[in-house]
Amino acid sequence: MLWETVKLAVQAIFRNALRSFLTVLGIVIGVGAVIAMVTVGQGSTEQVTADVEKLGTNMLMVMPGQDAMEGGPVGTAVQLFSIRMNDLLEEELGVIEVSAPLSMGRARVVFGNENRRTDMVGTDNRYFSAAQWEVERGRLFDVTELQSGKPVCVIGETVRKDLFGTSDPIGEEIRIQTLSCEVIGLLKSKGASTFGSDQDDFVIMPIRTFQRRIAGNTDVSLFIVSVRDGVDTERAKTEIEAVMRDLRRIGRGEEDDFTVMDMKQLATMLSGITGILTGLLSAVAAVSLLVGGIGIMNIMLVSVTERTREIGIRLAIGAQAWQVLLQFLVEAIILSLFGGLIGIVVGLGMGLLGANMLSIPFRPDPQIVLLAFAFSAAVGVVFGFFPARRAARLNPIDALRRE
Amino acid sequence: MADPASTDLPLIRLRDISRVYGMGEAEVRALDGINLDIEKGEFVAIMGPSGSGKSTAMNVLGCLDVPTSGQYHFNGVEVAHLTQDQRALLRRHYLGFIFQGYNLLPRTSALQNVELPLIYKGLGRAERHAAATEALAKVGLAHRASHDPSELSGGQQQRVAIARALAGNPQVILADEPTGNLDTKLSAEIMEVLQKLNEEDGLTIIMVTHEADMAEFAHRLIWMVDGRIERDGRTSRAA
Ligand SMILES: Nc1ncnc2c1ncn2[C@@H]1O[C@H](COP(=O)(O)OP(=O)(O)OP(=O)(O)O)[C@@H](O)[C@H]1O
Ligand SMILES: [Mg+2]
Repeated sequence: MLWETVKLAVQAIFRNALRSFLTVLGIVIGVGAVIAMVTVGQGSTEQVTADVEKLGTNMLMVMPGQDAMEGGPVGTAVQLFSIRMNDLLEEELGVIEVSAPLSMGRARVVFGNENRRTDMVGTDNRYFSAAQWEVERGRLFDVTELQSGKPVCVIGETVRKDLFGTSDPIGEEIRIQTLSCEVIGLLKSKGASTFGSDQDDFVIMPIRTFQRRIAGNTDVSLFIVSVRDGVDTERAKTEIEAVMRDLRRIGRGEEDDFTVMDMKQLATMLSGITGILTGLLSAVAAVSLLVGGIGIMNIMLVSVTERTREIGIRLAIGAQAWQVLLQFLVEAIILSLFGGLIGIVVGLGMGLLGANMLSIPFRPDPQIVLLAFAFSAAVGVVFGFFPARRAARLNPIDALRRE
Repeated sequence: MADPASTDLPLIRLRDISRVYGMGEAEVRALDGINLDIEKGEFVAIMGPSGSGKSTAMNVLGCLDVPTSGQYHFNGVEVAHLTQDQRALLRRHYLGFIFQGYNLLPRTSALQNVELPLIYKGLGRAERHAAATEALAKVGLAHRASHDPSELSGGQQQRVAIARALAGNPQVILADEPTGNLDTKLSAEIMEVLQKLNEEDGLTIIMVTHEADMAEFAHRLIWMVDGRIERDGRTSRAA
């Protein structure tokens, strides 16, 4: 009996194939969106984690201001860092392998007819070891260049490609605002980061050069700290926080006016963003499923009206009310499941496409697929029940008389 | 449910049956105190002017409707005491319907149409197929089993409908103007099929018709006027 009912439902659905498809579009979109989002979300989380591990979990960032995690205004009304503070911190703590001060900004760099807006970083050689940069060609800064703030720079691969094309950049002069700056080194490319930004798109110069000639002040934006091998980053973090409070003369009971972030935290923060996106899309999906459900209810009501005579015939030859109810309910559920199935296929397809485009691993989640399937069945039950009950409650005499 | 051996009642007994539509001023007494006994194996024709309550009587007899008052014993069971679902079971196992407008499912083959009541009887695929094929053969349409109703003539469609009514192996066939949409020649064909079922298979047949010629196929003629039975007698064929 149930098998007959299922067969009947499938027949009824395919009798109006186009209408059925349009009906379930809402469910297709809802389920597809969730599956695609979760697939991409999980792939990117996995990628972030892998990247952070590759970066070395022993890297910390110290930034002025609180709540950098929440995206608050970093260092706006807060006292900025200085080179001296960085050096004192490094000196004070045995757990620190090296700590580099960074001043940052953006500027247009020009070479010949080519120009590019790029990130400007003022720092010293400690940065290259803390952030694990290697030299591709040329060299890093020497002591005099650092101390007297000479106009020399090391560039990233992207800047080289854009400005120099096939010619050798080493020894060439590039112009940054009014400053003419000699390229002394080229860094080995790291490619795009997990977050999609191009890590090779920057120009590095001695911090003094940057402060004097580009920024026009002595502000330091952040410290990049590399912790000694075998030292727990949590412990290092606590120690750094204590020393920083000291250096910045923060009294007992007062809040920190800086933030120490490790890469793990960064990863959490980023997956937090993915989480928000997933949440948003889930809301869209929920609305979409609701709309889809209403669509199914609507089409089932139409179907009940169209097939009133059929219902009358069935009742007359001995169908019981529950059997008619079951027939229409099963039809709604199967319709909805079809939508869910198409949605899953579309979602996985989109997920695969997204994973390829973002070059992250394709990670379909069987649990979510199952859940989506169950959910579309539930939509069928909920929104199919009312039309099915209407069918089951028809009076056979009236139903047979209806044209 | 109903065991005919357990009672000496006729197959069908109506006592003082009334069916009233509407209330007060708008009240229509479609059936007004009907008394009627029908024995197993009878072939009964019901005639009467339009609006005299023939279809209403058929609906009550077919357990599709319940009377406003009075008793209806079918196979010794008081139908008024049955729930809607129990009446559905009664229809499923004991009654077969033939309608004026055929009422076949569209875009469904003749065979599948005939199988429909058997699905509700819970028969398996093979059994169903065999019973439906046999019923189609009985009405002379075995060769049209795979055709859709839209590919069949009116007479053929009505014969498929008869096969459907037969397939469930009922005790009674109820036909409300079965030849109403057919010309005289096709009507006679349908009546011959019904007559054969009555004579050879012992099926009880109750039929509403407007044509005296068709009523002549039956043994007994009931004449209704204004919701009452005005005459009840034997037809010339009965002899
Ligand atoms: N659902 C209903 N609601 C109200 N009145 C009804 C309803 N069904 C039938 N009637 C009335 O009951 C009376 C008997 O109707 P019925 O259909 O039984 O007549 P009939 O003898 O079958 O007529 P016909 O030969 O035209 O088919 C008519 O007056 C009709 O208007
Ligand atoms: Mg009538």
